[in-house]
Amino acid sequence: MKIHEYQGKEIFRKYGVPTPKGILALSPNEAEAAAKELGTSVVVVKAQIHAGGRGKGGGVKLAKSPAEAKELAKQMLGMMLKTIQTGPEGTKVHKVYIEEGLAIGQELYLGVTLDRVTSRVTFMASREGGVEIEEVAEKHPEKILRETVDPAVGFLDFQGRNLAFGLGLTGPTVNKFAQFCTALYKMFIETDASLVEINPLVILKDGGVVALDAKVTFDENALYRHKDLLNYRDLAEEDARETQAKEWDLAYIALEGNIGCMVNGAGLAMATMDTIKLVGGSPANFLDVGGGASKEKVTAAFKLILADPAVKAVLVNIFGGIMKCDVIADGIIAAAKEVQLKVPLIVRLEGTNVEQGKELLRNSGLAITPADNLRQAAEKAVAALK
Amino acid sequence: MSILVNENTKVLCQGITGSAGSFHSKQMLEYGTKLVGGVTPGKGGTTFEGKVPVFNTVADAVKQTGANTSVIFVPPPFAADSIMEAADAGVSLIITITEGIPVLDMVRAKRYLQGKPGVRLIGPNCPGVITPGAKCKIGIMPGHIHKAGRIGVVSRSGTLTYEAVHQLTQLGLGQSTAVGIGGDPVNGTDFVDVLKLFNADPDTDAVIMIGEIGGSAEELGAEYVAREFTKPIAGFIAGQSAPPGKRMGHAGAIISGGKGTATEKIKAMEAAGIVMAASPAELGTTLQEAVKRGPKKR
Repeated sequence: MKIHEYQGKEIFRKYGVPTPKGILALSPNEAEAAAKELGTSVVVVKAQIHAGGRGKGGGVKLAKSPAEAKELAKQMLGMMLKTIQTGPEGTKVHKVYIEEGLAIGQELYLGVTLDRVTSRVTFMASREGGVEIEEVAEKHPEKILRETVDPAVGFLDFQGRNLAFGLGLTGPTVNKFAQFCTALYKMFIETDASLVEINPLVILKDGGVVALDAKVTFDENALYRHKDLLNYRDLAEEDARETQAKEWDLAYIALEGNIGCMVNGAGLAMATMDTIKLVGGSPANFLDVGGGASKEKVTAAFKLILADPAVKAVLVNIFGGIMKCDVIADGIIAAAKEVQLKVPLIVRLEGTNVEQGKELLRNSGLAITPADNLRQAAEKAVAALK
Repeated sequence: MSILVNENTKVLCQGITGSAGSFHSKQMLEYGTKLVGGVTPGKGGTTFEGKVPVFNTVADAVKQTGANTSVIFVPPPFAADSIMEAADAGVSLIITITEGIPVLDMVRAKRYLQGKPGVRLIGPNCPGVITPGAKCKIGIMPGHIHKAGRIGVVSRSGTLTYEAVHQLTQLGLGQSTAVGIGGDPVNGTDFVDVLKLFNADPDTDAVIMIGEIGGSAEELGAEYVAREFTKPIAGFIAGQSAPPGKRMGHAGAIISGGKGTATEKIKAMEAAGIVMAASPAELGTTLQEAVKRGPKKR
């Protein structure tokens, strides 16, 4: 689950991770009032959307007066902000965050995430703050410092000092940075975060260490033990159908194409999308109905797929493992009738009782095209569009 | 003869009285698996299906039954604890089927296992392990699509494993062992571990390796194949059309920071001499092609 920068900073402050003072604004007037209250000669107006790369897209701007903050907020609120992470249509800005201006000495990068190779939490730091860290990782991997945390003892002081000295920090800032990291690790563990990225983390001219940005993502699987974090969920930032899918316990991702897909198993679902592409089509979605593929789930999945107006054909690919194909076929037929399916439906079933399953589909009175294998199913789906 | 599990494998099921645990325990018994006990705290002293004794703790179950393997169906909030309990009780192979375990729980569990040499974890979020020749099925895979034989299968995805196995069986090619390593970012056993076992197994002639986007386990597997693997090997990667930044069902199947793409993985695997299938409809025939090309030259 992703959250906004202002929410991330709220959590940072709870754990003693220093951040600038800031106030959330939902209107230009609120932005003006916030700038006055902060009282610094310069304030920063920051569009709050979940995607990164906001600076380059025009979503982070300096204001030299409350009036200017109001004007900038007016421009940003309601705009479609396009960044490298939003896709071509951009994301609508509903909130801006007004933050005090600070005397910045140096901009750094700090990220905390899981290192899959070691199966441990890893800190990554770089002097190249404020720029795309992926680019740094690609071109100058040696410029990224790493400290891997042993979960038995947690993040240790010397690891903080290793990073600080590696970043070229000196004097009292070294210990401030180490404390910053320790607080951040505590937050990461206690909130079940999966990613915390601070870009930039700044060293102030007075030697202070402050998180100027906060990109925080939580592990969805652990949210059951963090009911408080659920308040941070912003449904306006999430795809409505993906949210609905979660309620039905379906894994759904909207894509750009026009062939709706319903598959059991995540790997097979991806492979089905790939095969559609391979034969010249374009998948409208990723959808994993799970191992069981019960009638209820199949019905819910059909509804979800057909809610996308771009869908011109539906491909169902089910490997009947424990569940028999005739049972699955019954479920598909009942579901297709219930949702009054109007687009061509191509079904590929495999597994136990596959012949009975196909027979049921043929005799259903519905316009269902059975297919013998996945490639053939994809070809038939593409042909059905014409 | 096989890897990981064989006719000497004596299995415990942790979570045997839950809905998934009891359903699949019945399936395992029907297949012929030596399921010698179950564990559900508080239900010790009862029996499952009138014949399998249920214990309160894994330690009790191991002492009473001599089980050497455990399969875990315990719900996600308690699954990591169950893994550590099994390891502490001296079970040498722990197969975790549970999907949705918090990542940081697995980080702790894996750290705990490092202090227990000789214990291997498979999964979590995996279909399990099956050796058809020994009538040993541990997990949720449909037993009847398998056939005893000499092809090894290793995969990150459940239903794609079934696809591969089904196609092999249809072509008359049986399997030595099929292993699902699971779709989570932190898992116990990776491609390299399983490939090493297949390489050393005199009764495995060739292998199918099925990966997906996210992480670098396939690249590491390919490095190993290039370095040491001597048998014919076919491969497939799911997720070529997946967009970056989106988690494709499996927690581990996500392209982040431009890393873990299908293109990179396919390139690495081809460079290692793995014959790649263009679509999952061709897993079996691609394996045949790899066998035709013969053992890897070095």
